[in-house]
Amino acid sequence: MIIDHPLLGPRDSAEFTYMGDARLIERPSPDAEDAAAAFYEYAYLRDNPAGLHRELWFHEAGDRSWLVVTRNTVTHEIAKVELATDVARAKGRST
Amino acid sequence: MMRYSGLRVIKEALSGHKGWWPAWRNPEPAEAYDIVVVGGGGHGLATAHYLAKEFGQAKVAVIEKGWIGGGNVGRNTTIIRSNYLLDGNEPFYEMSLKLWEGLEQDLNYNAMVSQRGILNLIHSDNQRDAFIRRGNAMLLNGADADLLSIDDIKKRYPFLNTQDARFPIKAGLAQHRGGTVRHDAVAWGYARSADSRGVDIIQNCEVTGFRIENGACKGVETTRGFIGAGKVGCAVAGNSSRLMSLANIRLPIESHVLQAFVSEGLKPVLPGVITFGAGHFYCSQSDKGGLVFGGDIDGYNSYAQRGNLPVVEDVCEGAMAIFPMLGRARLLRMWGGIMDMSMDGSPIIDKTHIDGLYFNGGWCYGGFKATPASGYAFAHLLATDTPHETAKAYRFDRFETGRMIDEKGMGNQPNLH
Repeated sequence: MIIDHPLLGPRDSAEFTYMGDARLIERPSPDAEDAAAAFYEYAYLRDNPAGLHRELWFHEAGDRSWLVVTRNTVTHEIAKVELATDVARAKGRST
Repeated sequence: MMRYSGLRVIKEALSGHKGWWPAWRNPEPAEAYDIVVVGGGGHGLATAHYLAKEFGQAKVAVIEKGWIGGGNVGRNTTIIRSNYLLDGNEPFYEMSLKLWEGLEQDLNYNAMVSQRGILNLIHSDNQRDAFIRRGNAMLLNGADADLLSIDDIKKRYPFLNTQDARFPIKAGLAQHRGGTVRHDAVAWGYARSADSRGVDIIQNCEVTGFRIENGACKGVETTRGFIGAGKVGCAVAGNSSRLMSLANIRLPIESHVLQAFVSEGLKPVLPGVITFGAGHFYCSQSDKGGLVFGGDIDGYNSYAQRGNLPVVEDVCEGAMAIFPMLGRARLLRMWGGIMDMSMDGSPIIDKTHIDGLYFNGGWCYGGFKATPASGYAFAHLLATDTPHETAKAYRFDRFETGRMIDEKGMGNQPNLH
């Protein structure tokens, strides 16, 4: 698979480390009342769809940026690639 | 049921083979069953066999979206073994190996169970310590384990590259009762046995929903209409998340693709199963002569049943490190299967929070060897509502309560298990 890196252009997916569902960006608050249950769901449960899946790829053998890749898990076709920092900031995170 | 035997083969040979008939029926679904098993793979068919034979359940159906045995039971590398370390796992896999040993007599079906042995190679002193510990855990659970010295290994497997500069072979942990089984015959043998005991095997029947009323599952909606059920057991590893999402259940599972390979047919060269301890590579030789081998999963979520080239390269590098002779063989076929990769690398056989809905999945890439015990334990759970002694640890809530069964110590990263 070729991942079209927003900064570096097309790169071989072998340069990346796969880190799973992009919902891992949305870490629950440890101070919330239901923090234990929320962290269980956050850490262990997954939607695991057949079709479009937003997921984290870490450019370990490259510029070490984190990407959010929207990829079809049935065809391996990549629909969209974003920088994870942009995605996180759009959700109101500082980094 | 027509019994198969050597005498029968001779008799049929003399009478023009006119006496054989289909090994299972192709029935129309009934309106309702006591137990419906979703998934006509190895685990689902084994569940049906043990439900009928060991637990006296008569009104059972197995429903399958395609044809039986067309999924992972026909896609794996056919290895059986019980060389696990942890208490939650080892008694279960040892029970499975014991069931394999009696499988053909139990089913009256030649599944070509061949206890040709499995050897895990050791490449460093630390790894030797870890494997000695594992071997002792196996012995404590009634399995067999044998630490082979480098001299033993050279004698038995003279073709191995023991002098590799980076990963020299130091020793090996053997389980002589391990081996291989003809995987298609496992599905067919269980199907034939279950069918002969009255189980309806309904193919080309895809589940499109669960009928859930007041927190209880009343049956399944399918492409061939509604089928009522007292209990529904799901055994569709690879597609577990898709199926269970129909009941709004999220699972601690990701689906990943695992590739497997077979070379052209060769004369007998490899007397057992061998695994590389410094990378991820395992190999055996089929009775047709092809070298059957595989390695790691591709490492990203996939339902594609085909993988990519980086893992092919990685697997072949592992092969060349220990079996330089394999480089002279041509690759005949390669394919991919979809694995339920769980968050701790171990399976789940448990009730769900919905009454009458039961789950069997999360087998990662170790489901084939577990087929008999998985079927037995799932049948036990479905018939008695209590977990089988050896499968008590395979609970849904172990992730919430911290009782993970993590053989590799990788944590909640499914692509590393």
